[in-house]
Amino acid sequence: MRHDPLIPVIAVVTKIRVDTPDVKTFRVVGLDGKKPFEHIPGQCAMLSMPGVGEALFSITSSPTQEDYIEFSIKKCGCVTEWLHAMEEGKQVTIRGPYGNGFPVDTAFVGKDLLFIGGGIGLAPLHSVINYCRHYRDRYGKIDIVYGARSKADLVDFEEIIDQWCQEDGISVHLTIDNAQPEWDGHVGFVPNYVQELGFDTSKTVVMCGPPVMIKFTLAGLMDMGFAREQVYTTMELRMKCALGKCGRCNIGDKYVCKDGPVFRFDQLDELPDEY
Amino acid sequence: MKTLSLSKLDALFAAISAAQKLYIPAEDAGGQARFTPWQEGLRLSSKLNTARSAKDLFFPQVENLVGFKVSGKQLEILETRDVTEDFVLFGVRACDCRSFDVLDRVFLAEPADTYYQTRREHATVVTMACRRPSETCFCGTFGIDAANPAGDVTCWMDDEQLYWRANTPKGEALTESLSCFADGGEEAVAAQQEATRAILAKLPLAGLRTEGFGGEHMMELFASPKWAELSESCLGCGTCTFVCPTCQCYDIQEFKNGQTVRRFRCWDSCMYSDFTKMSAGQPRPTQKERFRQRFMHKLFYFPENNEGVYGCVGCGRCLQKCPIHMNIVKVMKALGEEQK
Ligand code: SF4
Ligand code: SF4
Ligand code: FES
Repeated sequence: MRHDPLIPVIAVVTKIRVDTPDVKTFRVVGLDGKKPFEHIPGQCAMLSMPGVGEALFSITSSPTQEDYIEFSIKKCGCVTEWLHAMEEGKQVTIRGPYGNGFPVDTAFVGKDLLFIGGGIGLAPLHSVINYCRHYRDRYGKIDIVYGARSKADLVDFEEIIDQWCQEDGISVHLTIDNAQPEWDGHVGFVPNYVQELGFDTSKTVVMCGPPVMIKFTLAGLMDMGFAREQVYTTMELRMKCALGKCGRCNIGDKYVCKDGPVFRFDQLDELPDEY
Repeated sequence: MKTLSLSKLDALFAAISAAQKLYIPAEDAGGQARFTPWQEGLRLSSKLNTARSAKDLFFPQVENLVGFKVSGKQLEILETRDVTEDFVLFGVRACDCRSFDVLDRVFLAEPADTYYQTRREHATVVTMACRRPSETCFCGTFGIDAANPAGDVTCWMDDEQLYWRANTPKGEALTESLSCFADGGEEAVAAQQEATRAILAKLPLAGLRTEGFGGEHMMELFASPKWAELSESCLGCGTCTFVCPTCQCYDIQEFKNGQTVRRFRCWDSCMYSDFTKMSAGQPRPTQKERFRQRFMHKLFYFPENNEGVYGCVGCGRCLQKCPIHMNIVKVMKALGEEQK
């Protein structure tokens, strides 16, 4: 019988890293021990545990990681709770990759890039940031503004400090919502911090995070003189098929699972605001 | 064109079903017409159309996708797909036949849905021209000719004869496998078509037009104040989506039985609050947004993505079945006025 795109393949979770009190990163390989498939930064995949359910997650690892793919997943809802409770070595199912991904090999090339993330919003950014680091000379200067509730809620903190912060041409600006004793960095919300930092308006912006952060940061960027065509984001909606068929993620003439999840804000302006 | 005396209709059905499964519209004990596997003695319904649409044959309400066996840390994938054999779907009306084109645009788009695709490939669709369209019919609005339906074979029926015209290689193959036909019938069919078209032109909904609908009016009509009023009494029951031949939203669910998990899909409805609900929020918080989605999709979003093809075929089922008598015609009229 022919293979249907709704039928997943079996994969193994080989490593689980605890990132924050409610975020873990899951390393997934195929039964042959290799990476299950190739992807573009910003794309997603369906993970499932039969009997628990299937859910769509943004792929966190960069395509340049040759051995596995990783997902940083926040605990919220049925499938994620099960994942957070699982042990290494257990099999799950996977299908994908889905969606358009970021234009890393076209529109981003030669540009200064500004990444703005909040909380678990770093997950999709992580993939594109590491991709750009890998092909460093294709892109201009890289700025990363990343904020979370507290220091413990910053995902990938060690990698950020030990690697991203050490590289020439990359400026990392971390912030947390409230002051705490072991934190000597910036304190405050992401939208305000972006304003304070004041960026050159020639940059291409990629922004992922909770809706309020997106809303206020976008307004700030517009005030600073950025155009909506320069700002990219990823959308999260309820998904089932991820193939543009079950109808669930339809907004206007777009299906977020296949036409997205990456959109520029000028593209979103042409859609009903049902997200 | 071929023809056959209606007295030999049973012989025709018997001949077709000797080689493959045959479905015809027949009435159940409650008097509703539905596509039913033919067997000796089953009578063709004289109703204008089946209560549920013909989509059931290609996109059933529930179907198994795949199974899993869970043992400790290990998983195994189990093939649970039903075997599909060739079948003939007889008596499909022009509107329902067009609905297959609409469904094809969703399910056969890359990557194709192979469950649907397999059924489509195994089916030979034999349509039946309408003679007595009803006051809820408006297929003409979408450029469908009820007197000349598409399909692999088109049939016409009068009080004495069945007329049969093969349109596709599949239809020709079916015709060639049957030896009961005589040639002829062109004149009788032409006369019937003329009479039917005269009735169609006088139907109460014959004047309903699609001007003003389509992708270019999407944002303008999304914002229309009419949606609040139109959706006010909607119960969110989903009846309109289930009886609709073009509604194709689905859900994927699982059924656990010991170590075995069956993953199946079932029809879903954009009219349900659950449809878009997430742990992070609800983009369509009230029935107004859900109601709007159903009609915006059929009249604006779908044509924008499909060369102007609308997601409605004018079958009239939602006009007959909605418990509060709301329907796409009322929506089109209200939005049409809005644009004036
Ligand atoms: S429009 Fe009518 S049939 Fe459709 S969900 Fe509302 S009440 Fe039910
Ligand atoms: S919207 Fe109503 S009239 Fe149109 S195809 Fe669906 S059920 Fe038929
Ligand atoms: S998730 Fe099914 S259409 Fe997008």
